Amino acid sequence: MSVDFGRASVPVRTRWASGRLDVRLWVVSAATGAGAVVVALLALGVGDYPLAPARVLGALGGALTGADGFEQRIVVGWRLPVAVAAVAFGALLGLGGAVFQSLTRNPLGSPDVIGFDAGAYTAVVVTVLVVGSAGYWTTAAAALAGGLATAAVVYVLAHRGGVAGFRLVVVGIGVSAVLGSVNGYLITRADVEDAMTVGFWGAGSLARLTWASVLPALALAVCVALACAALAPALRRLEMGDDAAVALGTRAGPARLGLLVVGVAATALVTAAAGPIGFVALAAPQVARRLTRSPGVSPLSAAATGAALLACAHLASLGVAQVFRPVPVGLVTVCLGGAYMIGLLVREARRRGGAPW
Amino acid sequence: MTPPSLAAEAVTLGYGERATSTDLTLQVPTGSFTAVVGANGCGKSTLLRALARVLRPTAGAVLLDGRALDRLPTRQVARQLGLLPQGSVAPDGITVAELVARGRAPHQGLLQQWRSADEDAVAAALAACRLTQVSGRRVDELSGGQRQRAWVAVLLAQETPVLLLDEPTTHLDLAHQYELMDLLAALHREGRTVVAVLHDLAQAARYADHLVAMKDGRVVASGAPAELVTAELVEEVFGLRCLVAPDPVTGTPCVYPLPPDAAPAPAPRAAAAGRLGE
Repeated sequence: MSVDFGRASVPVRTRWASGRLDVRLWVVSAATGAGAVVVALLALGVGDYPLAPARVLGALGGALTGADGFEQRIVVGWRLPVAVAAVAFGALLGLGGAVFQSLTRNPLGSPDVIGFDAGAYTAVVVTVLVVGSAGYWTTAAAALAGGLATAAVVYVLAHRGGVAGFRLVVVGIGVSAVLGSVNGYLITRADVEDAMTVGFWGAGSLARLTWASVLPALALAVCVALACAALAPALRRLEMGDDAAVALGTRAGPARLGLLVVGVAATALVTAAAGPIGFVALAAPQVARRLTRSPGVSPLSAAATGAALLACAHLASLGVAQVFRPVPVGLVTVCLGGAYMIGLLVREARRRGGAPW
Repeated sequence: MTPPSLAAEAVTLGYGERATSTDLTLQVPTGSFTAVVGANGCGKSTLLRALARVLRPTAGAVLLDGRALDRLPTRQVARQLGLLPQGSVAPDGITVAELVARGRAPHQGLLQQWRSADEDAVAAALAACRLTQVSGRRVDELSGGQRQRAWVAVLLAQETPVLLLDEPTTHLDLAHQYELMDLLAALHREGRTVVAVLHDLAQAARYADHLVAMKDGRVVASGAPAELVTAELVEEVFGLRCLVAPDPVTGTPCVYPLPPDAAPAPAPRAAAAGRLGE
């Protein structure tokens, strides 16, 4: 018997695996993913030493055959890790955002809104200003520890016989505000040079990345993506309400905790490596949902859209650097994201006839 | 199919510190249509949630075929027990068939996500709930009656021999209420155990073959509706003075509330005859 799902879908059945592939979801995800890669390739040619696309491809091809010229070093050694990071980190941010928005059933529920980034920032501020260490790996470790600790605090504070989505968002915003004031206080006490270091990190930049920092992050990103794929069915069931999820055979508590860990880990990897890059996690799942018209938010399309968004922001930041001065990619995403957020709030407010909440 | 037996043994149920039921024991007759009735806040939904292992008892155990529910793998339980909970959320923009397909979760593995058995079960569930024609529509575009049937179809797609339903007819108009009850009766006739929390006593008496009356978290009485539903029981359970007379259509007991200042309820059959003779 065949069922009309109201959306084009293709059943795939083999002996060891089966699934129902939603055509629009997969086509849109593949297209946005491919777009992200193309934009990242274009970005390889932009910089103080501009290269035409053909020469970029030539340099990439040359590197494959073991050539080691000047252009290879620029493209493969310096620019490629940053471009790869733009795609991979964008995907991670989209993934983390999708998991959080789905768990909290709230389009505002993303790791950066609920305090993760503020926690990471505080830890970095403390490390740089109080401990006095500003090396790449110490900063990354501090960001990771601070973000995870804040996520744990928010989780515990929002816990009351289970964690409800809205409470998590509100507690997260509160904790963010408190940490923001701590950050502000510490900065006012710092000397100018340290404050600059912290300020640059806090803007979120891909420019400092090298293969040495990108490769470990990529390996971990694969683990996060696999864990997310394994937990995605549970995520879909939790969307239907806890009682329904349990009745359908989901262990709601452990599944939710596992998903929170996946969502936080996805964001933590990016923040540790590049500093807080705002709004991609917030916007990617919602943009993806509008493109795919899928029910709820899908981690797959959100990851593809996140990759495209961050790749575009990366290209834009390189473009701005050519005509004006270098700006960190985090500032570009915050600019775009701010406009997006205003649009989202206005839309919600109109739909609900006044109050956005 | 022979449904597994389901029983609550000396369970204490509640949320946080407050216990709604203490030391409650209940045997659901296997293959029965059991209706749980009682006033608001008497603990009937709490009991149902415990039977569906959505709420874990703080003492005692719910037994499925004699084994404690919380010791069994949750996916295995989900192939035996299905629940129509209150307050489910349909994800934004989901279509009917997509929602119903989610009922297949306990039968799907990490890699086996959509076998032909899954598709057959979804198609059968849609047909049983008369939703085949609207399976491609979005759930939020459906009428209230259709939407509730869609959630019942999720439950049916799960293909469990025991169905637990928490106030399935709430928010439905009269025709849709009876349509849903007829569907449940048909599912019961096919050999399933059906346990439903119901508000309407007459509806419960009409469809159920086993009635459980609850008050203040305790089971006050249980048994066949024809013997159980009396004016005394209704007054005890609901605090409503009434007259109980046979439903002219089915002969099952029906409740007719008395005005607050009326004389004590007369004997049911004589009174009914008297009214008709007036």
